[in-house]
Parts: sequence; C-alpha cells; structure tokens
Amino acid sequence: MYDTGKIIVGLAIFVGLVTSPIWLNKGKAAPKPSPKLDTPAIQQLEKKECVESRQFMRSTHMQLLNEWRDRALRKGERRYINKKGEKIYISLQNTCMKCHSNKKEFCDTCHNYTDIKPYCWDCHFIPEGRKTWASTEGHS
Amino acid sequence: MAILVSLGAVLAIVVIALIGAQVGPLQYLLGILVPYAAFAIFIGGFIWRVVYWGKSPVPFRIPTTAGQEYSFPWIKRNRFDNPVKLWEVLVRMFLEVFAFRSLFRHTRAELRGGNLIYGPSKWLWLGALMFHYSFLVIALRHLRFFVQPTPEFVKTIENIDGMLQIGAPHMYLSEVMLLTGLAILLGRRFFAPRIRYISLANDYFPLFLIIAIATTGILMRFLFRVDIVGVKELVLGLASFHPTLPDGIGAMFFIHVLLVSALLAYFPFSKLMHMGGVFMSPTRNLVNNTRMKRHVNPWWTPPKFHTYEEYEEEYRDLMKEAGIPVERE
Ligand code: HEC
Ligand code: HEC
Ligand code: HEC
Repeated sequence: MYDTGKIIVGLAIFVGLVTSPIWLNKGKAAPKPSPKLDTPAIQQLEKKECVESRQFMRSTHMQLLNEWRDRALRKGERRYINKKGEKIYISLQNTCMKCHSNKKEFCDTCHNYTDIKPYCWDCHFIPEGRKTWASTEGHS
Repeated sequence: MAILVSLGAVLAIVVIALIGAQVGPLQYLLGILVPYAAFAIFIGGFIWRVVYWGKSPVPFRIPTTAGQEYSFPWIKRNRFDNPVKLWEVLVRMFLEVFAFRSLFRHTRAELRGGNLIYGPSKWLWLGALMFHYSFLVIALRHLRFFVQPTPEFVKTIENIDGMLQIGAPHMYLSEVMLLTGLAILLGRRFFAPRIRYISLANDYFPLFLIIAIATTGILMRFLFRVDIVGVKELVLGLASFHPTLPDGIGAMFFIHVLLVSALLAYFPFSKLMHMGGVFMSPTRNLVNNTRMKRHVNPWWTPPKFHTYEEYEEEYRDLMKEAGIPVERE
C-alpha cells in the first residue's frame, strides 16, 4: 500500500466516527422507562383505559394532541369521539393531565428516555398545584 | 429496463421486510441479526475497498490543470485549481468535500442554431448539495436513538431542523430537502436524454433505495406511527451489544431497517464508495509539483545491465581462441 500512514489515519477516523455510538454507550443500554399509572384519578377508574387503546396512545398520542388542539382552537369543537364511540372532552390539562397528574413519573420518563422536549408546558400548567410556570424549570 | 430492475429490487426488499415483520422469530432476524451483519459488511467492505485503492501506485502527479499551473512569476496562476503547496491542496479538498466544487463547474453542451454552445448548469450541484447535507443532518439526528443521553449537538440540530414547528411530531426541513434533492438527481436521469442513455441499474438502485428509506422514515413518523420508545430500546440494545426485541414496534420500522441494512451492505461495492473515494482521488489530492520535486515511479527497479566489460569477462577465453581482439588480457 502507498501512503500507508495517511490512509490508516483516515480509516481510523472513519471507523471511529461510525462506531461512536458503541463507545459513547460504553456497552450499557440505559434502562427503559416505565411510566407510572398509579395516580388517584386512574385508581378510581373501573376500567383502566386511556382515551384510545394503549398501543395507539404509546405511538400516536402526539398526533392525537395535535388534532385536539386544532379541533379545540381552530374549529371550536371540544368533543372527541374515540374509536369505541365514547365522548371525551378535549383538553390537555383537564383530560389528559387529570388522569396522568404525575407528569414527572409518566410523560417525562418516556420523553427523557427519547430526549423529547414538548414545548406545551411553556404555556400549559403542569398539574399538582405547581406554583411556577413550567418553563422556569426547563420544559420537559 | 435498468429502472425496472432496480425498482423491483427495492420493492422486493420492502415486501420481504413486510412479511418478515409479521412473524415473531423473523423480527429477530430483521431487527438484530441483519443490521449487525450489514454494519459489519459496511465497515469491513469500506476498509477493504480503501486498502485496495491504496495499493495502486501513483507514479506521477496528476495535475488536472483546470487552472494555470505555477510557472513564471508574470503568469497569473490558479492557486487552488493547480496547487503546489500542501495548504493549497487542503483548500481544494475542503471545497470539494464540503461544497462539491467539481459539480459546481458542471457545464451543459447544447446545439443552438447549428452552433455548439456550452453554458453553466447548476442543477446537479444544487440537487447533490441538498441531498448530501440533508442526509448528513438526518444521519446525525438518528444518534438520538443510538446514544443515551443524546449528545447536545444532536438536540441543537433537531431544534434547527424542526424550527417551523409544524405538526406534532414536528416536520423537519431536512425531510423536505432530502426528497427534493433526490427528485432532482433522479429527474436528471429520467428526463435528460444523454444522462438517461448512460444510466445503469447501479445508478438507479441507490437512488430508489434511498428514496424508499426516506419515504418509509417519513411514513413512520407521520402516518404509520411506531412505538418510538420500543425503537429506542432496540437500537440502544444494538449499539451496546445487549440486543433486545421489544414487541409491538410496528412493521414500518422493520421495512425501514431492512432498507437501511441493504444500503449499508451494498455501499462498499457500489458507486456510493465515492464517500471514501473522494479522499483517495489523485486528481484532487495531489500537489502539482512535478517541476519542483522528483517523483520516482514506485514500480521502477533498476534494469539488469550487461556491460561490455562483463561480457568480455565471460567470453574472454572463447574470444581469444577465435582471435577476436580483447581489451584486457
Ligand atoms: C380516563 C383517564 C385517562 C385519560 C383522560 C387519559 N389517559 Fe392516558 N392512560 C390512562 C390509563 C389507565 C392508561 C393505561 C392503559 C393500559 O395500560 O391499557 C393510559 C396510558 C397512556 C399512555 C401509554 C403509556 C404506556 O406505558 O404505554 C400514554 C402515552 C397516555 N396514556 C397518554 C395520554 C394522553 C396524551 C392523554 C390525553 C389525550 C391521556 N393519556 C388521557 C388513563 C387516561
Ligand atoms: C404559546 C402558548 C401555548 C403553547 C406553547 C401550547 N399551547 Fe396549547 N393552548 C394554548 C392556549 C392559549 C389554549 C387555549 C385554551 C382555551 O381556550 O381553553 C390552548 C389550548 C390547547 C388545547 C385545547 C384546549 C385545552 O383546554 O387543552 C390543547 C389540546 C392544547 N392546547 C395542546 C397543546 C399541546 C399538545 C402543546 C404542545 C405541543 C401546546 N398546546 C402548546 C397555548 C399554548
Ligand atoms: C410511552 C412513552 C410516552 C409517554 C408515557 C408519553 N409520551 Fe409523549 N412522546 C413519546 C415519544 C417517544 C415522543 C416522540 C415521538 C417522535 O419523535 O416521533 C413523544 C412526543 C410527544 C409530543 C410531541 C413533541 C414534539 O415536539 O414533537 C407531545 C406533545 C407529547 N409527547 C405529549 C405527551 C404528554 C402530555 C404525555 C403525558 C400525558 C406524554 N406525552 C406521555 C413518548 C411518550
């Protein structure tokens, strides 16, 4: 091989970069989140069910929220009918967060794991009588 | 024909993944074994290819004089097109790698009123630039799945990329740019007659493959949502060599991953190797110092001479016998 030194340095940089996740993780996968469902509101439920099926909520809750927001604010419609035909009042704070009042142990566990920072809490209150605006603690 | 073959190949991958995703044990194959194998082929193949190239001797400088070379002081030279110093070459390489300068110089020949005229044509450059940079941004954004905690710069990229804040999850600018760039690159091959004529299956296949990857990625984000927490668990597992397979991820993810694996495994054996090749190309990385430094051909081995003295030494007796005069007795 000619210019061996340069080529080896180049290849080393390449391999180092493409395998960087392996070095950065140091062979340990961060534990997966386990969102907690033990809020008072949920414990009082007869059937422990969310607005939609669990699988749907897990993957698609952000689109649902987006749809809710558009419906409530653009169309003035505050009624959502889910796949089972139940009527649900559209509200982030008064519906979702009433059941999931433990934002820290619920929403945040997943969002921290995947490093998502929904900016909703810039304006919307976080439940449990938090006195400050959420944004002063960094929105997560 | 070339178009159909490559389109067919990409669709076959999609169908295989779609079927495989329905069957539990095959998910293990698609989600864990195939990605590992593809990644190993990618790295191994990449090194093999670069070493293979490195074995070719470059006996002399290839100046590709797109500019005036270094000459008399009163002749204005083109420093970066015909560099004689290391830093000048580095500038040329930098502009090539980061700004695709060769593509910028692309011209188009056209017959107009019986005259052949050349004019600038920037579409290739524009499409390539859009495609490559958005691909880079997207690749970096994917680090969100590979590393925990996500590196700070990845979040910065994400915020800039999603700054329009359209929808939830946000639409990214790079998604739009990538598809636009790909459309330009593919459109060229479809609609420019001369380029269509020289296009082969291995020109179309990577394009279709990357279009399919982008499309499945976008579909997965907006239409057929998958369980992102499960995806991260799987990908983090891969990157830390503790692979796990959470259930209920969603078929679209497996299609996306099989397509990406195909791209990785195909990469070292295809024209996509220009990623490494650009650094190895003698027309870009050599200083044109032919007249300042002696470059010896590395193949050169001194030929075996048989001088007259040696000849006489060998045949002296015979020569004397035959009465041929010799120089030394
Ligand atoms: C009536 C109370 C209630 C309301 C209102 C409610 N949830 Fe739920 N949510 C639940 C329960 C109970 C579960 C667990 C469902 C299960 O395990 O099948 C759940 C599950 C979820 C999950 C999946 C968690 C996991 O670990 O997989 C998400 C995400 C979620 N909810 C988000 C929301 C959002 C967003 C809203 C507002 C649109 C909302 N929920 C409104 C009670 C509620
Ligand atoms: C700029 C401030 C702001 C931000 C950021 C914001 N919202 Fe809102 N949101 C509002 C206001 C104001 C209303 C109107 C409240 C009303 O009329 O009852 C509203 C209403 C809503 C509603 C319907 C009504 C209700 O009571 O909840 C939903 C759903 C909603 N927002 C979801 C979201 C989500 C999800 C996010 C994050 C992605 C978000 N919002 C971010 C200001 C904001
Ligand atoms: C099962 C884990 C999980 C739980 C629980 C969860 N989320 Fe999420 N959420 C996610 C993931 C993952 C994403 C990112 C999806 C993506 O990027 O495609 C997300 C994204 C979002 C987004 C869109 C953010 C953006 O910037 O695109 C909003 C809004 C959101 N979640 C609100 C909530 C709220 C409110 C709750 C609590 C009631 C909640 N989520 C609970 C996993 C979860």
